[in-house]
Amino acid sequence: MKVRVKFSKQGNMKFIGHLDVMRYFQKAIRRAGIDIAYTEGLSPHMIMSFASPLGVGLTSDAEYMDIELRTPVSSREAIDALNRVGVEGITVTGFYEIPEGKANKAMTLVAAADYLVRFRARYEPDKIDLPSAVEEFYAQDEILVWKRTKKSEKEVDIRPMIYEMRYVPDAVFLRLASGSAANLKPELVMDTMLGRYGIKPSPFAYEINRCELYADTGSEKLQHPAEHDSETEYEAGAERVLTPLGALGREIL
Amino acid sequence: MRKLALSDEILLSIEKPARYIGGEVNSVMKEKDEVEIRFAMCFPDVYEIGMSHLGIQILYDMFNRREDVWCERVYSPWVDLDKLMREKQIPLFALESQDPIREFDFLGITLQYEMCYTNVLQILDLSGIPLLAAERTQDCPIVIGGGPCAYNPEPLAVFFDLFYIGEGETVYDELFDLYKQCKGNGVSRKDFLRRAAQIPGIYVPSLYEVTYNEDGTIASFAPTEPDVPAVIEKQVQMDMTDAPYPDAPVVPFIKVTQDRVVLEIQRGCIRGCRFCQAGMIYRPLRERSLVCLKEHADKMLASTGHEEISLSSLSSSDYSELPGIVNYLIDRYQDEKINISLPSLRIDAFSLDVMSKVQDVRKSSLTFAPEAGSQRLRDVINKGLTEDVILQGADEAFHGGWNKVKLYFMLGLPTETEEDRKEIAHLAEKIAEKYYEIPKDQRNGKCQITVSTSFFVPKPFTPLQWASMFQPGDYLGFAKTVNHEIKEMLNQKSIRYNWHHADVTLLEGVFARGDRRIADVILEAYRLGALYDAWTEYWDYDRWLQAFENAGVDMDFYTMRERGLDEILPWDFIRVGVTKEFLKKEWQKAHEESVTPNCREKCSGCGAAAYRGGVCTMRRA
Repeated sequence: MKVRVKFSKQGNMKFIGHLDVMRYFQKAIRRAGIDIAYTEGLSPHMIMSFASPLGVGLTSDAEYMDIELRTPVSSREAIDALNRVGVEGITVTGFYEIPEGKANKAMTLVAAADYLVRFRARYEPDKIDLPSAVEEFYAQDEILVWKRTKKSEKEVDIRPMIYEMRYVPDAVFLRLASGSAANLKPELVMDTMLGRYGIKPSPFAYEINRCELYADTGSEKLQHPAEHDSETEYEAGAERVLTPLGALGREIL
Repeated sequence: MRKLALSDEILLSIEKPARYIGGEVNSVMKEKDEVEIRFAMCFPDVYEIGMSHLGIQILYDMFNRREDVWCERVYSPWVDLDKLMREKQIPLFALESQDPIREFDFLGITLQYEMCYTNVLQILDLSGIPLLAAERTQDCPIVIGGGPCAYNPEPLAVFFDLFYIGEGETVYDELFDLYKQCKGNGVSRKDFLRRAAQIPGIYVPSLYEVTYNEDGTIASFAPTEPDVPAVIEKQVQMDMTDAPYPDAPVVPFIKVTQDRVVLEIQRGCIRGCRFCQAGMIYRPLRERSLVCLKEHADKMLASTGHEEISLSSLSSSDYSELPGIVNYLIDRYQDEKINISLPSLRIDAFSLDVMSKVQDVRKSSLTFAPEAGSQRLRDVINKGLTEDVILQGADEAFHGGWNKVKLYFMLGLPTETEEDRKEIAHLAEKIAEKYYEIPKDQRNGKCQITVSTSFFVPKPFTPLQWASMFQPGDYLGFAKTVNHEIKEMLNQKSIRYNWHHADVTLLEGVFARGDRRIADVILEAYRLGALYDAWTEYWDYDRWLQAFENAGVDMDFYTMRERGLDEILPWDFIRVGVTKEFLKKEWQKAHEESVTPNCREKCSGCGAAAYRGGVCTMRRA
């Protein structure tokens, strides 16, 4: 049975890198007694893949990993078991059965992500009015930035990759393209915006929380085991339909 | 959420911030107001090394079982953080509470290898504890040293308030109870130490005085007060089966060197290799029962979720129930894909059979440690491994599909000649020839033989403790002889050769057998910037030479001299079971190239029988 696990990564766990979170879950799954499936061959390893690696320093409410079970277990039991053997800061919040098939892998599906960006204490930009700066920035039709690739630097328009941007009390909410097709980092959006005012923020200025990861269910023919309705959001005028990765699975009873 | 000692800015600007945040699975949190003793347990090296050490895990668990003690961990900040802590004057803190070490009652530092000594000073310095014990005030933590290097504590004597000589399982309770009593009654630091000196195994260096002869050797070593014991008894945990062992070791977030469950199957060794300190100071051999090992393995695998378990001992093949534990682990954990790692196994039919079950034959390699190239020299060091045994083991393994062999040797052993060194190459060649005797269609490509040599360092409490060392140039010459001879071999393309730096060996030699005067050199080197000397990238021999010069200490006195049998050695005041008389006899036999049987074959009267247990009281076959 293929399963998608949703977890949050908060507090001091932001200092634990992506590969170490993977190691953490390999051990946590053993401690929890969850009967996970292994790859074949001489050095078998757990069948486990992550939707989208989260950088060190960022927190998240919605990390996803896909695993495969040899013996099914109910969502409730699995969540309880994993949290019982877990550490402060990593909390499993969902455990869903997902359809078989490569096209349904979290890693392949990721199309967008929500972020909440706060300024760390003593790093708030004092020269600008943040709500209006955000509004003006998002109102533009085109936002050109210089992006450095391995070979050269080129100018790209990041505006199409910003699906939503608004000021919420003490923070900036961003919905950005994420995944293999198009990927935009929240730091780049913020740096670009502040750059318009001549502000060059320190790399420690932002406290970033990833709030959700989405698949685009508008353009692709995906199997939907769950009838998604309220979770689905439509972008006006676009074919894009963003569905949280967890909503593509079904609770195991 | 636990508040961290370091800011986000610092943690995000250094390598591997997870080294400093604590909060790992099975780490122990307590309320600091609800305990009476706060103990900071330190391994003076980087987190990944320190977290791999079994001894600390045992003591951490044992101390924290006491309700009145909270034991926390601290490791050396890596050089990047070290610099920031000095710049910003951030005090060193413990991982669990993130509180400054300076506030603790005890700081216990394990001394596992000599090259960590400047890191010991770093720990004290960053904690804001005066480096010299004599300068510490009532509110400073009591600084305790322990571990194998504490068997010659003298080079570090001025930096420590006390040393615990021997195995930690025995008298810490007594020490803690005494401390509580003293703390409650407002007893001074000095009086506490004086009382602690009465506990067996506890050495308080400030209560002893050393005088020297004109030639620099020790004239006398004696307590300065009448009621202080003149001899310190090594502590031994005789009953291994009921000895404390952690059911739930701490599981690091980041990958550490020993990223697995470690199951100590026995302590001590019957072999009596004459260069080996562990083989002498951990006598007598004591086994843990099979029943207790199974229970520990099950509990630890369940509580950690580790995917590997390693059996730990000095010589696993000598454990009498080895097939029992190995087969149990294979049967019980095959389905959960738990790897079983079996270091220090003798290569024979049983071990090859087991290894073929637990590892991928094509990828794994066989390890032999003949330690010396010729049979003559192996007899000198009492390494009971013959060429026939090695060749037969290799032959069986090659037929079983293996094609990689690792060979470990030492250079610079007493009585060693040019011919002995060349024999290293010859032995590697004979093993390669064994491989190519197998018909081509039955073997697995080429064979790969890796020869590694280290330079011999004479250690206290070994039969070779009197031996002289060599100059760096000599050591390199020895390695060149081996290298050159390997190049002359027919199958040289199948043999790879690695050797170590020579200068670091000399410093190890100085610290291993040094006396109290060496402290000035360590202090001076630290002031000149020495740190992480065990790490090649930070090792700077010239800095150490400068430190010797500045301190006015002659290195050659400690390295280039065969000690006289009547000389008072700095560690003579410690009693380890094995007697100096026995060591002298063994030193004599080494020169006669005469071997001593192992403890199971015949008791040779080393002195460890005084502990009345372990292999000493077993019936011999």
